[in-house]
Amino acid sequence: MNVMAADQLTASRATREIEAGVPLWRAFVRWESALVFLMIATIIFGTMQSEHFFNTTTLFFVGLNMGEIAIMALPLTLIVITAEIDLSVASMLGLSSTLLGYLFQRGWPIAWCMVAVLVVGAAGGALNGWLITKLGLPSIAVTIGTLTLFRGIAEIILGTDSVGGYPQSLTNVGVLPIPGTQIAYSFGIFIALAIVFAVVLHATPVGRSIYAIGLQAEAAHFSGIRVDRIKFLLFVLSGLVCSFAGILWTLRFATSRYDAGTGLELTVVTIVLLGGVSIFGGRGTIVGVVLAVIIVGCLQEVLTLLTVDAQVQNIITGGLLLASVILPNTAEGVRRFRSRARRKP
Amino acid sequence: MTTLIDAPAPAPAPESRLRRTDALLRARELGIGLAILVVFGVTTLKNHNFAEAASVQQLLSGAALIALLAVGETLVIVTRNVDLSVGSVLGLSAYLVGDFFVKHPGAPVLAGFALGIAVGTIFGVINGLVVTVARVPSLVVTLAALYIIRGLDAVIVDGKQIDPTSIPAAFQAVGYRTFFGVPWLVIIVTAIVLIVGFAMRSFRACRDLYAIGSNPEAAALAGVRSGRRVFAAFTVSGALAGLAGALFLSEFATVNSTGGSGYELLVVAAVVVGGVAINGGSGTVLGAALGALLLNTISQALVAAKVSSFWNQAVAGALLLGAIVFDRWLGRRVARSEAIRGERHGS
Repeated sequence: MNVMAADQLTASRATREIEAGVPLWRAFVRWESALVFLMIATIIFGTMQSEHFFNTTTLFFVGLNMGEIAIMALPLTLIVITAEIDLSVASMLGLSSTLLGYLFQRGWPIAWCMVAVLVVGAAGGALNGWLITKLGLPSIAVTIGTLTLFRGIAEIILGTDSVGGYPQSLTNVGVLPIPGTQIAYSFGIFIALAIVFAVVLHATPVGRSIYAIGLQAEAAHFSGIRVDRIKFLLFVLSGLVCSFAGILWTLRFATSRYDAGTGLELTVVTIVLLGGVSIFGGRGTIVGVVLAVIIVGCLQEVLTLLTVDAQVQNIITGGLLLASVILPNTAEGVRRFRSRARRKP
Repeated sequence: MTTLIDAPAPAPAPESRLRRTDALLRARELGIGLAILVVFGVTTLKNHNFAEAASVQQLLSGAALIALLAVGETLVIVTRNVDLSVGSVLGLSAYLVGDFFVKHPGAPVLAGFALGIAVGTIFGVINGLVVTVARVPSLVVTLAALYIIRGLDAVIVDGKQIDPTSIPAAFQAVGYRTFFGVPWLVIIVTAIVLIVGFAMRSFRACRDLYAIGSNPEAAALAGVRSGRRVFAAFTVSGALAGLAGALFLSEFATVNSTGGSGYELLVVAAVVVGGVAINGGSGTVLGAALGALLLNTISQALVAAKVSSFWNQAVAGALLLGAIVFDRWLGRRVARSEAIRGERHGS
């Protein structure tokens, strides 16, 4: 919450590293290589725990289970890098699933239903973005509000009903792999999107602007970056992508319910932070987030093979979330302590 | 994050400014009180049963638990932090107290409440330590705690549930027995609101919470021990959530592993609607409690007006958003009028 002080902290750290001649990418490499080790460790752990783990169906199920979550993590990554947050992602997924069902039930052609859902998703994101950039409200408060609001609207639309009967050619997309591979469609889409996001974030001026905003929004503003416009568009993008994830979710389960994906925001935020994106903004890579998706996906798969209850899996996800923030913070604290000690004669 | 827009207004004489802020806050509580009366009045016109004693009692009891959680949440939010784990703490505490009565049928009623408070305090201490010592943003810590504690709850409950038959009658009485028509539950919560409200106005340690929330650097420079105070705020929030768990059990006399799920959103909504700034530094416990009462009055009014209860969540979300937008608008107005006044005085 203490964003301003944190901003200064991150910024001063960045300048210090540049002054000291340490390239900024070193910091990323360290976290990402740790993630690679963690991923290998998870896979070895899985193989040791269950003989069913190390085969291609596992690859398919990991992709299938993580697809929507992973897709939602991409825009959230950019948002967190600008030092904001979007907690309404899972509610937007639920609202989209609900709306798709409602319109489909009214006899709309499925393609039009999807277009309408995507439009509503972008509009929901625009609501978040407008409240945050135009009115200058804190994103945490706004998105806790829209978390409740979107889910509430979904509840009004469908109540406790559920809608099914989607055309099988479409629901097949939700449960079958891409022909000739063991990759679920949603995961394939995630990989394609991740490449696009990585190029935009790491190799375009817009991407550099996103980092600059996260490091020092004020400095970015004065160096000509349109801070508010970029933030606004990121929230619109988040709404759009989450409603798309909602469509995939609906196809996977072949039903629409208002409570689809309740609580998924925890997993999405965990993946983003585990991926090495700093909650204070200004740091993070798409590669890290992709690795985090694989780690969390494999871990959940192992636990499911071991028939660990979903609620108990939440303990582990929550623990991962805590660890992924405490560890870098502690490391930073130690580094600061040592550099202070060195400066003293 | 919004420093671009908020140019600091030149401060007029501190005393007059304080008085005006105070008046503003009092106006907020008055405004919520009025809103409650309006909702109540309109609903009564449509449905006369709404004003009956039993209905009013239900209105107050229904708001009591959220109001109690809102008291602790106010302490935390005032310091520019947030505690999202209160609903999970309530659920676990309620189950553990129930389990205690199952295993010790003759145990005194007070022991149940003490156990609830103890359970809550433990989690409050853990949250506070991680936030202040490891310096992790409270949003992340308590979001993780929300799921970890609910997971622990599921492991401990293991599909069982506490039945009314195993809860001592005297313990259940706290939930439904009344004193001059007012449920004991409501009396207890009101007393806590008044005591904490008084402390937040009068004691230095509590004023420190406001100082930390309105300007952390200035508070640190002024010698406020921010870490300790924030830690204390989380501990109190946990303890009150634990107490709320015991009260939950006495009110409903039954609990499974989902008790209190989603309460955290209602609590944050109540606190923000009650005029506590989500960025910290201002707001009162009384306002937060009234915010809880307003939310519950609206949701009961929806039931009385035969609007489906599916509307509850959407209304809570819309109110939360409305409240922060309103606060921002009010804040800008005050800042502008103070700037104008400051110019006049300055020349």
